[in-house]
Amino acid sequence: MIRARGLEKRYGRRRVLRGISFELPAGGFLVVSGANGSGKTTLLRILAGLVAPTRGTVDIEAGRGRIGLLAHEPLVYRELSALENLDLYGRLYRVSERRERIGMLLERFGLWEARNERVAAYSRGMAQRLALCRTLLHDPDLLVLDEPFSALDEAGVALVDRELAELAGLRTVVASTHEPDRLAALATAELALT
Amino acid sequence: MSYAADVAALARKDLKVELRTRDTLPAMLLFVLATLVVFHFALPTNAADDAAYGLLWVAIVFTALVGLTRAWVPEHEHGVLDGLVLAPCDRSAIWLGKTLATLAFLAAAQVVALPAFALFFAPLGAPAIAGVLLADVGICAVGSLLAAMAAATRSREVLLPLLLLPLAIPLVVGGVGSAVSSEPSRYLLFLGLYDAVFAVLSWASFEYVVTE
Repeated sequence: MIRARGLEKRYGRRRVLRGISFELPAGGFLVVSGANGSGKTTLLRILAGLVAPTRGTVDIEAGRGRIGLLAHEPLVYRELSALENLDLYGRLYRVSERRERIGMLLERFGLWEARNERVAAYSRGMAQRLALCRTLLHDPDLLVLDEPFSALDEAGVALVDRELAELAGLRTVVASTHEPDRLAALATAELALT
Repeated sequence: MSYAADVAALARKDLKVELRTRDTLPAMLLFVLATLVVFHFALPTNAADDAAYGLLWVAIVFTALVGLTRAWVPEHEHGVLDGLVLAPCDRSAIWLGKTLATLAFLAAAQVVALPAFALFFAPLGAPAIAGVLLADVGICAVGSLLAAMAAATRSREVLLPLLLLPLAIPLVVGGVGSAVSSEPSRYLLFLGLYDAVFAVLSWASFEYVVTE
């Protein structure tokens, strides 16, 4: 469950977020929409615990290590292979039977053949698929997804659609998007930032 | 046990990245050798060995800076630090892994630099080498923490030396003292104490550096 009350974030004099309050029960799916610069990424970083709000409070049931963050960057080392990156994350996130889990995710996201290639050689879409593998690796209770469809081709979008449909109701999800209609069928709550 | 395994995995990752990119170690090697060559010609031929030991420490500190400036670049350029910070492992393991990797690069640079120094300037005794090793630990422990702070800013190349050099002065005093003093054990003890105090401080404060 997430309970946010009066969230405000300032960077110097610039106010990025103001008066954001919402409650999302466990298993809820919150879609955050808004124009560029409306504070979507900042809100998601606050929910992930990476940024502290200037004012307000946020209570999150899922503790550190139980949050899966999909950010603008894939959060992987470009000079390591997909397998090496996921193995490192699997170790740090205490994933049990991590080799099996990594293999299953790489298969599911169509990266098994490219598992030993360095990420630097990946296309943007492949890197985004790897980022999704990393996000789901530790089977998180809370998924924080910043523009999950960005850089994906049609097949990639269909893959993410399928994953989100499977996870909806089972995991708490907060996803930001420019296209809220795409996630409307899964959403249990919506938050439009201005 | 898992803490040690986390540290080992993080340090191994840094070594692997460096082996593939060759961004840091070649730069450190070239820098330290070029610096020693310049000092060789800059120092008058009748200068005392003590002056040369001082120059060795200038070369060591600035070589460490070359490595430390690049230390957190992979984590910041691709946002990897966010992923590491969210992991349930002890965050200080991230600092310790980076410290050990940087220490390995600095030690590798010195494997070349110290014989070159002995060739160009003056012989290095066991206390002087022990001083170098102890000072390396201190430079890398404090430097990895400060480099993490500096890497989050746009001006990391300027900020890191401004933060590190004042804190490196005791290490230079201890390092030169261990090479030129008739009682090097006092200076080695001082370096050991510096390492212990600043390693604990850096270990304890890393969490606050990487979270807002």
